[in-house]
Amino acid sequence: MAENVPSILDQGLNLDALVDQRGLFWDRLVRVFVYAAAGVVAFVFLAMVWQLVRLGAGQLSWSFLTELPQNAGREGGIFSILISTLMILGVCLAASVPLGLASAVLLAQTQRQTLFAILVRRSLDVLAGVPSIVFGLFGNAFFCVYLKMGFSILSGGLTLACMALPILIRTMEMAIRSVPQEVHHASAALGMGPIRTWVTLILPAASGGLAAGLVLGIGRALAETAALIFTSGYVDRMPESVHDSGRALSVHIYDLAMNVPGGEANACATALVLLIILWLLNSLTHRLIGRWLGRRLIYT
Amino acid sequence: MKQRQASRWKSQLGKLPLQISALLSGLIVILILGFLIQQAWPALSEVGVLRLFSDGTWNPTEQVGGASFGMTAMLLGTVFVAGGAILLAAPVGLAIGLFMRFYAPRWLASPYRHVIQLLAGIPSVVFGLWGAVVLVPLIGRYQPPGASLLAGILILGMMILPTVALLAETAIASVPAEYIRASVALGMTRTHIIGKVLLPNAMPGLMTAVVLQTGRAIGETMAVLMVCGNVVQFPGSVFDPVRTLTANIALQMGFALDLHRAALFGSGLILMSLVVVLVWIGHHIQAAQEGSHG
Repeated sequence: MAENVPSILDQGLNLDALVDQRGLFWDRLVRVFVYAAAGVVAFVFLAMVWQLVRLGAGQLSWSFLTELPQNAGREGGIFSILISTLMILGVCLAASVPLGLASAVLLAQTQRQTLFAILVRRSLDVLAGVPSIVFGLFGNAFFCVYLKMGFSILSGGLTLACMALPILIRTMEMAIRSVPQEVHHASAALGMGPIRTWVTLILPAASGGLAAGLVLGIGRALAETAALIFTSGYVDRMPESVHDSGRALSVHIYDLAMNVPGGEANACATALVLLIILWLLNSLTHRLIGRWLGRRLIYT
Repeated sequence: MKQRQASRWKSQLGKLPLQISALLSGLIVILILGFLIQQAWPALSEVGVLRLFSDGTWNPTEQVGGASFGMTAMLLGTVFVAGGAILLAAPVGLAIGLFMRFYAPRWLASPYRHVIQLLAGIPSVVFGLWGAVVLVPLIGRYQPPGASLLAGILILGMMILPTVALLAETAIASVPAEYIRASVALGMTRTHIIGKVLLPNAMPGLMTAVVLQTGRAIGETMAVLMVCGNVVQFPGSVFDPVRTLTANIALQMGFALDLHRAALFGSGLILMSLVVVLVWIGHHIQAAQEGSHG
């Protein structure tokens, strides 16, 4: 039987002759590279997190969170650091949220691209790219020296507010824009004034997205180190007011790792605390964004 | 009629605080630039911009032989570390983006993306900590001292990689699905589709991602400060320690006075202008892309 099959069909069924061998080779090569990259990246990052856990988890306990640091942070906990961090964050949000929300409302309101809106947007884009150490220089010269606030939680918080503004405004503007135009029209048709429309309709409708922006801003501020070293300072004592110097979690990690021999374990433990807080905030953001904005946000 | 005018007047008045807020937000950049220039002015006028680059060494506090303000070595340090990091992160980030979009099995793609998103949120100081505690001793075992250009490139590359990957995926996802279906119908191999259809169409988004992340790498301080060894020198090999402009500011701001302090603000000005140029380029790529898509 087999001898009766025409040889031409034999050739036709020969897939090897049809398929571009070079193309297949590249196909395999690219696939190997992609899988290798995915595997190596996953491995390296898992190793990183696991090593931080191995070095730091032994230190973690309830008393680590509630005790004051002792012996330059080698022993004791991070209570005063946590309080300082919260105070810096509080100052940052108190300054940046009203300013950011008002700016976002204005930018979202301008239907046409006015020159003013373009200039504000462009300068915010540049602001988003300014290196954090430059914010540190600026905060030191402006808040600490020029406005005579000294090394204080106030200076640090205000510097962070400048840093967090671009991301706050960008996400909040998107949240406001995601409210359907019909809501504006309906409220205008009912004769509601602009202020009542915004306070009772638009902002509540955008609240999920606004909250997502807020949480992103908090994450950005918590992760920051370089801008804080020369504005809110190093002091690890319990701050009594916003005019005292206070050490943020991130600065504590840096100081323990670099300037305190034998501080690595507590540095890793503090890093774990920071990571857990940030990852909780991250999952909160994702739930908020998933519910209110679709998946339009970019991670910067 | 009068009432309508009054209400319009009121709504204009209501807008005023908003306009002032937006103006303030927009002015922060100008304020930063102004303060940097003002603080750097003593160095710019007395030392001169030229000497910031032509002086061979960085000894701003030297009393005997006269102070020197050469930043070239540190500027090169910044360029090497950031350049190496982006050379590492761009291809691998693109591969991760492709993996999440096309190669990963369905059950893996979503959790993998979630992990990458978590990694994108790790603060730079934590990368620096891991680098200082784990990576530097590891490199030091083979090529002492360990704290080196290589450690900086690896840590910084790891730091920007997740964001590059997520942005790359977004850029790839923006290519219309019809293009891919058409290519499949034409019987193109997967690599051909990626190389000839996908990447050319996603290129503006990819370029924007690379440009903006280069800016982030140039401006990064903590991670670099903690692993690079911070010796002011032209590195002879990747195992030599280097100091970047950002690390220099962080190391010396605490005690710098007068001209020294002014010179540090000058280096801040250099960093800021580099980043402004990169943001500008990134925007032009994006604008060109939006223009070409109609």
